[in-house]
Amino acid sequence: MGDVFKALADPTRRTILDELTDRDGQTLFEICARLTNKHGLGSSRQAVSQHLDVLEAAGLVKTRRDGRYKFHYIDTEPLEPIVERWLNKPGKRGPT
Amino acid sequence: MRINLTNVLVDDQEKARRFYTEVLGFVPKHDVPLGGGARWLTVVSPQDPDGTELLLEPTGHPAAKPYKDALVADGIPYTSFAVDDVKAEYVRLRELGVRFTQEPTDMGTVVTAVFDDTCGNLIQIAHQTS
Repeated sequence: MGDVFKALADPTRRTILDELTDRDGQTLFEICARLTNKHGLGSSRQAVSQHLDVLEAAGLVKTRRDGRYKFHYIDTEPLEPIVERWLNKPGKRGPT
Repeated sequence: MRINLTNVLVDDQEKARRFYTEVLGFVPKHDVPLGGGARWLTVVSPQDPDGTELLLEPTGHPAAKPYKDALVADGIPYTSFAVDDVKAEYVRLRELGVRFTQEPTDMGTVVTAVFDDTCGNLIQIAHQTS
């Protein structure tokens, strides 16, 4: 779970996940263009690629090659243990 | 100084001529045999027949293919064309069987989309929104 928190700690990486939520399955070029044009984040393509590597290592992003193209997809599965750990305990929703 | 010519490196000039004229709608301007099977092959926009020519340049250099493959893998279009309405053009080209790697996307001040020119390149189309 540590990798997930580390991956989510960075605001650019959270923005990348926001944009993949907007549309899943994007090329590196589209992610870079969205960060620059919609969010004013002037990260280099290399820096964005490194952010994607961190997200992929944490299991939050999956890549798929389709012919000559490579697309990035969001995977929320690593977030589920977080929900189970703190938010999903019946009868313990607040101080009594 | 002005830009009178720009080029795309195409895998197959005849296939490129068909795609750029019959699918995209450009108009042939020059088609001159150069020897070795290569042609000086240019097209222009019907909206601007005396404007910038696009040279459909054969991919002869050994570095060209790795370069193009790497750009395509990352989804990078290194050529961009202006259209009046990206969404309308997307619908038109999709019906003609064109493959898009990026659907029309509002980038704030510009709407863009990216498609495969079938000759080894990704091409961006764009219109300004403000």
